[in-house]
Amino acid sequence: MSRPRTLFEKIWRRHLVAAEAEGLPATLYVDLHLVHEVTSPQAFTELAERGLPVRRPDLTLATMDHSTPTDPSIDDARLRVLDPEGSAQLDRLQANCERHGIPLYAMGDERRGIVHVIGPELGATQPGMTVVCGDSHTSTHGAVGALAFGIGTSEVGHVLATQCLLQHRPKTYEVRVDGRLQEGVVAKDIILAVIARLGIGGGTGHVFEYTGEAIRALDMEGRMTVCNMSIEGGARAGLIAPDDVTFAYLEGRPMAPAGDAWEAAVDDWRSLPTDDGAAYDRTTTLDGSALEPMVTYGTNPGMAIPIAGAVPEDDAIEPEKRASFRKALDYMALEPGQQLQGKPIDVVFVGSCTNSRYSDLVAAANVLRGRKVADGLRVLIVPGSDAVKRQAERDGLAQVFVDAGAEWREAGCSMCLAMNGDQLAPGQYAVSTSNRNFEGRQGAGGRTFLASPLTAAASAITGRVTDVREVLS
Amino acid sequence: MSKSFTRFTGSMAPLPIQNVDTDQIIPASYLKVTDRSGLASGLFSRWRYRDGDPEGEPIADFVLNRPEHGDARILLAGDNFGCGSSREHAPWALVGYGFRAVISTSFADIFRSNALKNGLLVVPVTEDVSASLFDAVAADPATEVTIDLKARTLGLPGGGETNFEVDPFARRCLLDGTDQLGYLLNQAPSIQAFEAAHPARLDTRSA
Ligand code: SF4
Repeated sequence: MSRPRTLFEKIWRRHLVAAEAEGLPATLYVDLHLVHEVTSPQAFTELAERGLPVRRPDLTLATMDHSTPTDPSIDDARLRVLDPEGSAQLDRLQANCERHGIPLYAMGDERRGIVHVIGPELGATQPGMTVVCGDSHTSTHGAVGALAFGIGTSEVGHVLATQCLLQHRPKTYEVRVDGRLQEGVVAKDIILAVIARLGIGGGTGHVFEYTGEAIRALDMEGRMTVCNMSIEGGARAGLIAPDDVTFAYLEGRPMAPAGDAWEAAVDDWRSLPTDDGAAYDRTTTLDGSALEPMVTYGTNPGMAIPIAGAVPEDDAIEPEKRASFRKALDYMALEPGQQLQGKPIDVVFVGSCTNSRYSDLVAAANVLRGRKVADGLRVLIVPGSDAVKRQAERDGLAQVFVDAGAEWREAGCSMCLAMNGDQLAPGQYAVSTSNRNFEGRQGAGGRTFLASPLTAAASAITGRVTDVREVLS
Repeated sequence: MSKSFTRFTGSMAPLPIQNVDTDQIIPASYLKVTDRSGLASGLFSRWRYRDGDPEGEPIADFVLNRPEHGDARILLAGDNFGCGSSREHAPWALVGYGFRAVISTSFADIFRSNALKNGLLVVPVTEDVSASLFDAVAADPATEVTIDLKARTLGLPGGGETNFEVDPFARRCLLDGTDQLGYLLNQAPSIQAFEAAHPARLDTRSA
């Protein structure tokens, strides 16, 4: 019997083409490479300049998501006029994929969606795999028990050409969340609380593994929300051990193994979870039962507080961080000690690879059903994929949103990074289910409060930052 | 495409802000390019120009607009520099502007990796060294430091010197111009052997 190993170690070892040696990185094999329009063109150019083929188009999958319009009235022809640069980038992806035989879910394809939504949805991301993408939220796929992390464009080129990456082995960090969540507290609140605790650089150099009762109790989509924001804690990847919830989610999905291969795969996947007695480099524990709905007040995702709380006072901030703290509050036009609850807002955004899956829309719709969004408030509901959109339309969720006065949009990244025209105006405040509240992230001068879909929906009704527990009670 | 980098002496542009994210380094509106050029004007554009517009009025007190730091080719930044998005456009923009190195107490993982692949050296220093450099630049904007990649030393104003850590492989690539993709391509036989022993887990063309 070999020594006990963590989930991370098991996956890492299985993918070593060459182990780390004195002064040299490991060569790690990649099982699945996801590609989108924004971070790939320069990598394809590099291949073209060197006359290299794509080594494994069959392990590569491309989608259009970042700069695609979500306004249903914008068709291809209009997009060319409205956004010639964005169009050109989409065309480039199409041409690159055609040239190399890479499957691409282009505009109009029923399988299209945000790259981190469609991977699990299609069953392409599976336990024990290595998954990479030129996108930091690739950590999302860790929810199925895959080692998944974001890479830069040079590395996108490396993977296209060799299906491998040069990597130093990261350290492991167990993030344990015990106990049962209270009513109104969901996956997004867990991860915002984790990041608030560890700080946004707290996981640098590490891979998180989320453990504990509160994590095990999450459904797959909740686990994706948690793993998605691992990068916001500085960790390139976040993992959750595969279990029966994982297998039930994956079974029957288009790219998941089927028949005998399914049985064999599940047997193998059952050997992946961290062995008893395996050691992590670091561990932290949170009491899930004490968590409350969380909301951010500042300009990074670690600046989060329980929704009933107040913006910290100056003296609660370490002296060397005060200037950055003040800069953030200036940007947000907030004061130390200020309550966020009741703060008037201009926009609510439900979407992004953090919270745009079917269960996120169900959560928001349950709050909005039979209610109206506040006067003058703009509410965007942007499904994560075309499949989520169709399901929500079939099941009447879309109608709930429309009846409430929200905008029901096409799938895409949308206002999460505001590349496609969906954006805040300068000075506007938004409650957003996305993952980044950086200055200008959702539009130059825009101010973001990150929160769960429940909090977003509750805030949509009142037009203010609102504790969902008050709306539901 | 590494530019060789051995020893470099220069002044610093101080940016005493923690957690500078890649959305600030280069906003998403610049990510529609299909090459690596044209990003320098977008560098820190939201802090650098009124309304973030490079055609617009420069914000006078932002470090890149201060004449005394006009020649700086080293960015002296706060902790956890380069967090957030994986966009390699961030180091492309910094290099395009003319920066050759960033000094900070820590760097986000993906940024560090991206920077080193583009000849932008990341120099991690202790809090004390960082504080003393910010003080020195505040006292005299022309203060210079010397980065010696070969010796892995940072020559401090006033004569002292401190060691810094850098990934040995990245260092080698920067020093002798080793091309990382070429290095990987040379491993083709091992990759082939790995593939033969580990049949693919899926076929993305099957759905
Ligand atoms: S939804 Fe936002 S965070 Fe997710 S991939 Fe798109 S832009 Fe990135």
